[in-house]
Amino acid sequence: MHADGAIRTPYVEMARYLDATGQEALEQKRREAEVLFRRIGVTFAVYTEGGDPERLIPFDVIPRILSHEEWVHLCQGLEQRVRALNAFLTDVYGPQEIIKAGRIPPELVLENEGYLPQMQGFTPPGGVWTVISGIDLVRTGPDAFYVLEDNCRTPSGVSYMLENREAMFRLFPEICARHRIAPVSHYPEELLETLKSLAPASCAGEPCVVVLTPGPYNSAYYEHSFLADEMGVELVEGADLFVKDEVVFMRTTAGPKRVDVIYRRIDDDFIDPEAFRPDSVVGVPGLMAAYRAGNVALANAPGTGIADDKAVYPYVPEMIRFYLKEEPILSNVPTFMCERPADQDYVLANLDKLVVKLARGSGGYGMLVGPHATEEQRVDFAARIKARPGDYIAQPTLALSTVPTLGEDGIGPRHVDLRPFILFGKTVRMVPGGLTRVALRPGSLVVNSSQGGGTKDTWVLLEEPPEAPPLALPAPEEEVPPQAQDGQSQSQTLGDMAQSQNGRSQSQGNA
Amino acid sequence: MLSRTADCLFWLGRYSERAGNVARGLAATFRMAMLARPLSADDEWRSLLIATGSEPGFLAKHSHVTPEAVIHWLALDMDNPSGIAACVEAARRNARTVRTALTVDMWEAINDTWIEFRRLDSAVTRGDRLPGFLDWVRSRALLFNGAATDTMLRDDAWRFVHLGTMLERADNTARLLDVRHAAFHPDAAGDAASYAQWQAVLRAVSALRAYQHVYHARLQPQLVAELLLLRQELPRSLLACYRNVETVLEAIADANGGTRGECHQLAGGLHARMRSGEIGGILNDGLHGFLTQTIDQNFELGQQIGRQYLDGQQA
Repeated sequence: MHADGAIRTPYVEMARYLDATGQEALEQKRREAEVLFRRIGVTFAVYTEGGDPERLIPFDVIPRILSHEEWVHLCQGLEQRVRALNAFLTDVYGPQEIIKAGRIPPELVLENEGYLPQMQGFTPPGGVWTVISGIDLVRTGPDAFYVLEDNCRTPSGVSYMLENREAMFRLFPEICARHRIAPVSHYPEELLETLKSLAPASCAGEPCVVVLTPGPYNSAYYEHSFLADEMGVELVEGADLFVKDEVVFMRTTAGPKRVDVIYRRIDDDFIDPEAFRPDSVVGVPGLMAAYRAGNVALANAPGTGIADDKAVYPYVPEMIRFYLKEEPILSNVPTFMCERPADQDYVLANLDKLVVKLARGSGGYGMLVGPHATEEQRVDFAARIKARPGDYIAQPTLALSTVPTLGEDGIGPRHVDLRPFILFGKTVRMVPGGLTRVALRPGSLVVNSSQGGGTKDTWVLLEEPPEAPPLALPAPEEEVPPQAQDGQSQSQTLGDMAQSQNGRSQSQGNA
Repeated sequence: MLSRTADCLFWLGRYSERAGNVARGLAATFRMAMLARPLSADDEWRSLLIATGSEPGFLAKHSHVTPEAVIHWLALDMDNPSGIAACVEAARRNARTVRTALTVDMWEAINDTWIEFRRLDSAVTRGDRLPGFLDWVRSRALLFNGAATDTMLRDDAWRFVHLGTMLERADNTARLLDVRHAAFHPDAAGDAASYAQWQAVLRAVSALRAYQHVYHARLQPQLVAELLLLRQELPRSLLACYRNVETVLEAIADANGGTRGECHQLAGGLHARMRSGEIGGILNDGLHGFLTQTIDQNFELGQQIGRQYLDGQQA
């Protein structure tokens, strides 16, 4: 929080609005949003835990705002990163120069579960492996964005980016109109163009693109159907497709129809029981043979899991230098690999300051947030790390920025991350925005929806609002140090606007 | 269109129609049982079980037919695949699977019903609350049909929903009439009990007023049967349903390469049978036999539609 209480420029107008709008009115809007999402059916399915099988991801009505300049900077960094990740994939499934050059340990790649030997020597259509990537970013200061992780397999969440914007337009038309918000609604068109550009050469006429889903019980089914609908293509399940003479067809009321491009939202292991897991019932037998024969394109290509593996992540800056001969625009979070003895010693000695993660986990499970953990939990994790060091990585808890969020007792600072989506076909395309996930529990650093996280709309402003003097607000009567950084010397809430509720007074700080 | 999509749309139409039909049947029976007390109320409930084809399942769970048990079985029991609760669930499941083929209005009609249904308490079918509940189910089915009719493009998605609706409706009308076929026998007594039966049949298809509009006469079994079987004006008559079935199947064939199969023949046959039917002859030859045959052929038609369009196996 900035001492003079100045508000970061992109937030000036929003701060005025929030001041003028009472807590009660915002609560009302939040409830309306919930009804809206429930009616449209924007839910994620949880069929294993009992209770309501279709849940809403909590939606925070206060948008997260990025300036045009901030976005341009991010775009450059994201494009660089995605190009490097694709160069890496082409290399490890090809000549393996980066291994020969000693820039990454061979066993880390070749013995990794994410590495698919079946793909060795294969070139995907257009030479592109990660057609759709989602890169998770966190912010620690005005110009300091870190990459938290890369998602190169089947990143999800883009439907929330689009639906959250629609909800904002519907609930807050006035405040939306007072900002010049860069549109995101053309994402499905960009996606379709990108997918079409991958169609095999043998495809005559308009390419037939489909979205392949595991089915309605998948947690992201809403997103699958939403994207298929928005693109105007068929949403298919494995059983709707069959392969004959290495060509993929779908079963239609008018007989078989040839399929050229498959945007698959099924994991590698399950896409073809003949090539991977034989027990898969959601896949298509013979799909990989058709793919290898060049008769169908898959997005993303199988085998991309090696690029977003958490143990490979520390080497991404090295990939950028090695393949692109550039310096990384976006930094990695410093990462300790527990299988390195020196790193392990450091991690064990500093468990109260670190976040420990499974090298191969997702959804925020199997994770230790050191500063928040009990002594018992830390002892437990220390034992686990010693038993299987290769399974764990650790990162410092960064002084993550917070943004104002509507909590149960008013507007307060909450930690957020940002997942922009990068499309890579003949060119790299991004729509200005992404999925902002927010840790709704005060002080929590975990933004995953399975762990009490919510989402926000993400606004990228087309240009700075007209000149306005910084809005000076009275300093809070008592500084409430925003949470989560106990035991750490770094100061909290650099970067985005932070707001601490203290009676009527509030301050919105810049770094 | 994907075969699976067509399958979901077809069953969406069927389940939504079935939920409304069961509610209509329950409302008519509830009224009949009220009037018939203390004479033969239980027979009324048994008739309804038979008409909905769910008697064997009911008897596997319950030793006697009591009004409370039948109402619960047909309205709320998820073990009854033809009950309202299971139909709402199945309709919504199919709708969710093919969300993209529906209009927003259709989706909201079906999804809101499902959301509301999950909030109902188990006492909603007891005592005075039952008629209100049944009216609500009926109005939801009407809303869905209205949303489909008013908002869907007239493409294959519409055709498969409509096909399912019409096939289910024909089946329902045939079954309702069949459980009371004895009251339509030429030798049946024209007493108050028979009169009540004719009235119950008309009520169950919301056609009591329609009868008066068409015939301007006291209820006569021959006319009641004619209205339900052979009159084009009544949207729930077998003639009206099969005419729609044949038309929509023809349109589907035209839109899918022109190939026709067994289902087109069967549909044409059923339509012709109603078009050329003559009520005196049907009643003399036996209404029960006529309806049983119709119900069997209707079932076979459903199977053949599946083979032609919904299984995806025709390749």
